[in-house]
Amino acid sequence: MQKITCESLIEKACELIENGTVSRVIGWKKGEFDYDLTPAVFANADEIKKNFIYNDFSGANFSKYLIKETRKGEGKVLVFLKPCDTYSFNQLLTEHRFDREKVYAVGIPCEGMADIAKVKAAVGDGILKITSEGDELIVENLYGDVNKVKLADVLAERCVNCKSKKHTAYDELMGEDGEILDNNRFDEVEKLENMTEDERFAFWQNELSRCIRCNACRDVCPACTCEKCVFDNPKSGVENKAIADSFEEKMFHIIRAFHVAGRCTDCGECSRVCPQNIPLHLLNRKFIKDINTFYGEYQAGEVEGSRAPLVNYTEEDIEPNDAVKREE
Amino acid sequence: MQRIGVFVCWCGSNIAGTVDVEKVSEALKNEPGVVFSTNYQYMCSQAGQDIIKDAIAEHKLTGIVVCSCSPRMHEATFRKTAAAAGLNSYMVEIANIREQCSWVHKDMQSGTEKAIILGKAAVAKVNLNAPLTPGESPVTKRALVIGGGIAGIQTALDIAEAGFPVDIVEKKPTIGGKMAQLDKTFPTLDCAACILTPKMVDVAQNDKIRIFSYSEVEEIGGFVGNFTVKIKKKARYVKEDVCTGCGICTEKCPQKKVPNEFNMGMDNRRAVYIPFAQAVPKVATIDPNYCTMLKTGKCGVCAKVCTAGAIDYTQKDEIIEEKYGAIVAATGFNPISMDKFDEFAYNQSKDVITSLEFERLTNAAGPTAGKLLRPSDGKHPHTIVFVQCVGSRCDACAEKGKEYCSKICCMYTAKHAMLTRDKYPDTDVYVFYIDVRTPGKAFDEFYRRAVEEYGVHYIKGMVGKVSPEGDKLMVRASDLLANKQLNIAADLVVLAAAIEPDKSARPLATMLTASMDTNDFFTEAHPKLRPVESPTAGVFLSGTCQGPKDIPETVSQASAAAAKVIGLLAKDKLMGNPCVAQSNELMCNGCSSCERVCPYGAITYADKEFRMPDRTVAIRRVAMVNEAVCQGCGACTVACPSGAMDLKGFATSQIIAEVDAICK
Amino acid sequence: MQINNEFKPKIVAFCCNWCSYAGADLAGNNRLAYPECVNIIRVPCSCRVNPIFILRAFQRGADGVIICGCHPGDCHYTSGNYYTRRRMALLFSMLNYLGIEKERIRLEWVSAAEGAKFAATMNEFTEAVTALGENKRLEDLRCKK
Repeated sequence: MQKITCESLIEKACELIENGTVSRVIGWKKGEFDYDLTPAVFANADEIKKNFIYNDFSGANFSKYLIKETRKGEGKVLVFLKPCDTYSFNQLLTEHRFDREKVYAVGIPCEGMADIAKVKAAVGDGILKITSEGDELIVENLYGDVNKVKLADVLAERCVNCKSKKHTAYDELMGEDGEILDNNRFDEVEKLENMTEDERFAFWQNELSRCIRCNACRDVCPACTCEKCVFDNPKSGVENKAIADSFEEKMFHIIRAFHVAGRCTDCGECSRVCPQNIPLHLLNRKFIKDINTFYGEYQAGEVEGSRAPLVNYTEEDIEPNDAVKREE
Repeated sequence: MQRIGVFVCWCGSNIAGTVDVEKVSEALKNEPGVVFSTNYQYMCSQAGQDIIKDAIAEHKLTGIVVCSCSPRMHEATFRKTAAAAGLNSYMVEIANIREQCSWVHKDMQSGTEKAIILGKAAVAKVNLNAPLTPGESPVTKRALVIGGGIAGIQTALDIAEAGFPVDIVEKKPTIGGKMAQLDKTFPTLDCAACILTPKMVDVAQNDKIRIFSYSEVEEIGGFVGNFTVKIKKKARYVKEDVCTGCGICTEKCPQKKVPNEFNMGMDNRRAVYIPFAQAVPKVATIDPNYCTMLKTGKCGVCAKVCTAGAIDYTQKDEIIEEKYGAIVAATGFNPISMDKFDEFAYNQSKDVITSLEFERLTNAAGPTAGKLLRPSDGKHPHTIVFVQCVGSRCDACAEKGKEYCSKICCMYTAKHAMLTRDKYPDTDVYVFYIDVRTPGKAFDEFYRRAVEEYGVHYIKGMVGKVSPEGDKLMVRASDLLANKQLNIAADLVVLAAAIEPDKSARPLATMLTASMDTNDFFTEAHPKLRPVESPTAGVFLSGTCQGPKDIPETVSQASAAAAKVIGLLAKDKLMGNPCVAQSNELMCNGCSSCERVCPYGAITYADKEFRMPDRTVAIRRVAMVNEAVCQGCGACTVACPSGAMDLKGFATSQIIAEVDAICK
Repeated sequence: MQINNEFKPKIVAFCCNWCSYAGADLAGNNRLAYPECVNIIRVPCSCRVNPIFILRAFQRGADGVIICGCHPGDCHYTSGNYYTRRRMALLFSMLNYLGIEKERIRLEWVSAAEGAKFAATMNEFTEAVTALGENKRLEDLRCKK
């Protein structure tokens, strides 16, 4: 199997930009630290060779960037898509959010991305440098210590519960395609469902009261691609931004989850970017789980053009009052 | 800022008995925007309406709230009042303080408090109202009838009679439909051809009616009053305007082995054919599946014998585009396939036939020239068994058949049985039935005549199995009333096959964005009160495409559909409902969610150029609402995640204002 | 749970114009009493009810919200209430997941002929909401005077 490395991606990107297949490349470049990579657009091979980075922290899902990027300039945009990213890619195509003709998508296999919080938990803070060696991360800190940690032990939650190693869309695939995986992603949702009402309220009160309404979850979400978000629109009735009490964030997160219900591919970006580490994916997954239970298995982005469950119905659908068990 | 007037009605003591109207009008005076507030005994009376009109003029009101009975009662009245005083009728809101307050509450104090809340909600809403004008759209004064059976014929004739041009699209080479295949018609026993063919001639001779035979609808766009339809005229390889219908080609064509669909495949026709003698248009058609010339390039006999020079082997399908104001679906029915009903041995014996095949066997123009002879050996049958409800009234979970009653079988079987006994008194006729259903004018009398005068053996019970044995058909059945098993050695078995909508109906419904039920019958706009209209504006239903029905019922419905079409075409302009959806292009993502939930197909998309903040131009897909088609349900407004879609008259901001006013 | 006899809840009822609003009118015509705390907002179809409206009502201090529409299959707009049914099933389930008392929100299909059902539903719903007491979990303190 062809090993995907930073070098092989740089090589591919340069090749495609130099032979004229694409005019721009969406990729990752270094942020302040090795582990906080920033999405970037490269317009020539020199820039790519200099700044393009791909490592165990290249988690960002680039599908959403295609909306704005394909509207600019001439030529195609090269995008590298991990299997989970291709679901968002397809979902955006289903919703006509960008012109497929303007994109050259290269599928790249993925063995999972690291979660910096877990790395820090394992080896401590003050990290200076992280390099990858086989299935291990070599972490150097401020004091000159070098620690090793297995990638498998610091995988992001979404990667631990990876739903698929199979690409659902691409123009070209690097390496081999994987399979849709069995996973336990609904376990945590179930755990919450089994709590009492009061326990659940306490759980979410604790989580959501930390929200600082930075909008990062919304801004990164490849399903939240509205030209204008209801939360920025004074006429929508939900525009308030200040957090004066515990409910404000609930309104925000319920509506946000509802707006992406049936469209969310469970890419996990919301939880990845949340500076307060709120497990936002548990809201989205609740909707996904309910949709699967009530209306049959549905994976957004698996098939381009599929009809989302909330714009569909059958005459025998479950009654809302029965969707919540009245006795407990 | 609005200048709002509030008018609280006492409704005699109906409201004033439980609600302190004085207090209500006083309390609402202080609401934002309210510049005038009063109360009166009967707001809907002339005097009450004058109070409103005077206040609108005197206080330069821009909106009014009437606290009165249900808007379902007098909203229209007060809208007219406002309009008479020069105020836009949609600047009126009603607070329902009678049905939903004074009549259901007993306590004066809490009733008054609630009335004030309802009034405040209405004031909050009207503060955000905007004048609305119903959209107007012109009407193309031409109708399209899809299907040329008796339903389509009757509809077309009635519309043409009123002076409007009509086009009939029929996929077969001739109009006439199923009725043309029938022998006699119940309950009067007139010959079908005798009453149908004059109507077909009327159609042909009516200069308001065009017939597109051997044609199909390809594409439908537009909306009520303004449909654009593409019709495919299939190549018939005969010039329609040159052919005289002399029929010489149909006699000389050397390809004789083509199953004759008009006779249900019980005899053969040639590759070039005229379906039957009274066909309209009476023009030959070459069947490309059998014509040697078209298949191999060798033959050309028909062209040689045609003195008119009408044969044209190079003819191509032709697409005709036409505009229509109204479309009538009259796609009709077919008997269901008997393939799944092995127990009746339909595929094993030629002497097990369907009722429609029986019609052809008894028809003077049929394969046996009207003599009732067995298809297998041409002998006269002496024992005939009729089986009812074959595929009708089946169990919902059964894998074959339909749940519904096909409605016509009881009567035509009575007719078949009676006619058989009349012509051939030496024949024993058995009818096996679940129930005999005869609810029609002179229907039950007809059925009783079959039993009482003609001695038809009606047996309540179902046939379990038909097995061919020698030249007999052994029919095993149960007689439920006598509680015994019967074995009848029959010569002929006739199956009353269930009827189902024509297969072309489903794709047509998709093109029309008209809804269908699970059986593929078109759904009517209201099952009782709007039975000939589809929920899709401008689309009407005629005949069995809407549900099983007999000829009299079909003709009544066909005329009813015509009346609806005439009513529509008589208008020069259509006034829409102004409370329709509206898409804000700047916020629209073009994601198609709204389009997918719209039951009317009112939403379309366009790629539009937008200038971006950095002065570049971007092309974005945006939704557009066709106001003439939108009915204002609001499904799209919730499907839209960005809130770009809003509903006029029930805008998001208005409903939120009501919520806030109530919850305050 | 302690039942406060003094407590009078605030209830918002969204009713579709064609069936449930007419059903409420019929309850009125027949003088079938239900509590004053039920306030009806007329919408063309139950599918016009945005979850935002419901949350907004709770945020502003409603103690219960009920959505009423035509029975499935009877929608004036043919399919509107089928979408309502899916949206509300997911919303109700989500609110429950967040620990909101499930008795605070309900959906009932009420036809234009079911005046008695309308009144009975409102009586029953008000009773359930009263038993729960004031809505604390979804209200926004800023909206209280």
